[in-house]
Amino acid sequence: MNSLAELYQSVIIEHDRSPRNYRALAMPSHRAEGRNPLCGDEVSVELAVLPDGTIDDVAFQCRGCAVSRASASMMTVALRGKSTDDARELFGRFRALLVDGGAADPTLGRLQAFGGLTAYPMRVKCATMAWHAMIAALSGDREPQGDRR
Amino acid sequence: MIAAEERGVKSEARNVVRDFDVDALRAEFPILTTLSRGKPLVYLDSAATTQKPRAVLDAMRTFYATGNANIHRGVYQLSEEATLAYDGARDVVARFIGSQHPDEIVFVRGTTEAINLVARSFPGGGLGDGDTVVVSEMEHHANIVPWQLAGARTAPIPVTDAGELDLEAAARLLSGPCRLLAVVHVSNALGTVNPIAELCRMARARGVPVLVDGAQAVGHMSVDVTSLDCDFYCFSGHKLFGPTGIGVLWARREHLAAMPPWQGGGDMIDTVTFERTTFAPAPSKFEAGTPNIAGVIGLAAAITWLDAQDRAGIAEHERALLQRGQQLLGEIPGLRLVGTARDKVGVLTFSVDGVHPHDLASLLDADGICIRAGHHCTQPLHRRLGLTATARVSLAPYNTLAELDVLTTSLHRSAKLFAR
Repeated sequence: MNSLAELYQSVIIEHDRSPRNYRALAMPSHRAEGRNPLCGDEVSVELAVLPDGTIDDVAFQCRGCAVSRASASMMTVALRGKSTDDARELFGRFRALLVDGGAADPTLGRLQAFGGLTAYPMRVKCATMAWHAMIAALSGDREPQGDRR
Repeated sequence: MIAAEERGVKSEARNVVRDFDVDALRAEFPILTTLSRGKPLVYLDSAATTQKPRAVLDAMRTFYATGNANIHRGVYQLSEEATLAYDGARDVVARFIGSQHPDEIVFVRGTTEAINLVARSFPGGGLGDGDTVVVSEMEHHANIVPWQLAGARTAPIPVTDAGELDLEAAARLLSGPCRLLAVVHVSNALGTVNPIAELCRMARARGVPVLVDGAQAVGHMSVDVTSLDCDFYCFSGHKLFGPTGIGVLWARREHLAAMPPWQGGGDMIDTVTFERTTFAPAPSKFEAGTPNIAGVIGLAAAITWLDAQDRAGIAEHERALLQRGQQLLGEIPGLRLVGTARDKVGVLTFSVDGVHPHDLASLLDADGICIRAGHHCTQPLHRRLGLTATARVSLAPYNTLAELDVLTTSLHRSAKLFAR
């Protein structure tokens, strides 16, 4: 079995099958949609942010590959209870791991598994699609920036 | 997991077709001995672009190393030789597609540019609002968007569930007001070979000219524009074992004469003054600026190379690969083949239940296997078939039965990974 298959086996398939927080929020304070024109995949991310900046709830819905679903699912788990500043910072570190081929970052926890995608740059934007949508939602943009690779 | 041996396929079972030596053919393609992700490269994406034989690489290298000069300008020997090589390539291309007139060959960047040229410089006053171009549901975006950009409405011939054109509907559409039938010869997404000669007869009976997108056809079959009786034929060098960035627009001489130039610059003029410029005759009229000289030389080398091959043997080999591929893929649980036309080339498009094609393509990539995943620039076709994206295996003469076994093993493993 190759290392990519191991990556799929270790985290991606489990979250693809049983995505966490896969729903619409009743009262989202922030919302954005992301899409990958290369494959037509789409994601919508909704957040409920408290007045003190704490992410009270975050959910997503998407039509996409296992990598994009799993990454979105794990993102929602990682963001719940964090401040919006921490969310932006976490995205910075996640993106550094994937896009810039950053060193292993233990603070990323289970998200570190996605580091295996650095050898597959065409798939990095699948893993960052929901994150870009999350940042766009927090910034009040409807259409997020994507990773152009 | 089913190993190749258990299915009774020996990996050296390479010569399914007598007298066709696939190993000898493979030896002409340097890339086929390379590794991908540490595994022997299994290249199954030839509908995207074919690999290049040494004859093409050598011709281009030799031109740059010992023959490089601009054309149609210098009076010195080097330029003269480059000019002869460039213009001589028109004879090679014209013969290749059955045109009697080398000046009917316009060199462009590729099929896409050829179609855009016709859309922009359409004879008879151009295309615009209120004009209809009949296309088909299986067209590549390159044979839809240029007509829309020119202001025309595109009216699609429907595609059946098997992936064939509905010819009765085509007859109805062609009987309505339309300026052109623009149709693909061989579908890049389904492999369907369309009955172009029949469509041309139908169109001609109604006074409608026909443009054929031949990008996927020229590498798989002999094309004769005279017997097809079409008006425009477009193709790319890079799907024909030649270089990228070079392609051909063939058009009847009377059309080229009636078409205005679309780009201005050097080489396309007769005389230039600040008051009035007159243009060179076709094909120069459509070739402004220094062209892709090395590309043209590479294209001519690719055609010469292909002409020297046993094309009947290649066709038989490709048929055998397609049949075997259909059989092997058909045995994979949850796999659905898309496009089952009676007449088709070596394209196997499919979806696997519960597995996104991009995940599939990445898992195959990790095993050194190159396939295409996505909508293959045919979103309307995918919409028609109720699919967002598919995976596509496309075959070329250098592919082997052993490679199909590697593919099948990897597909079984990937499908199993996702199986609940």
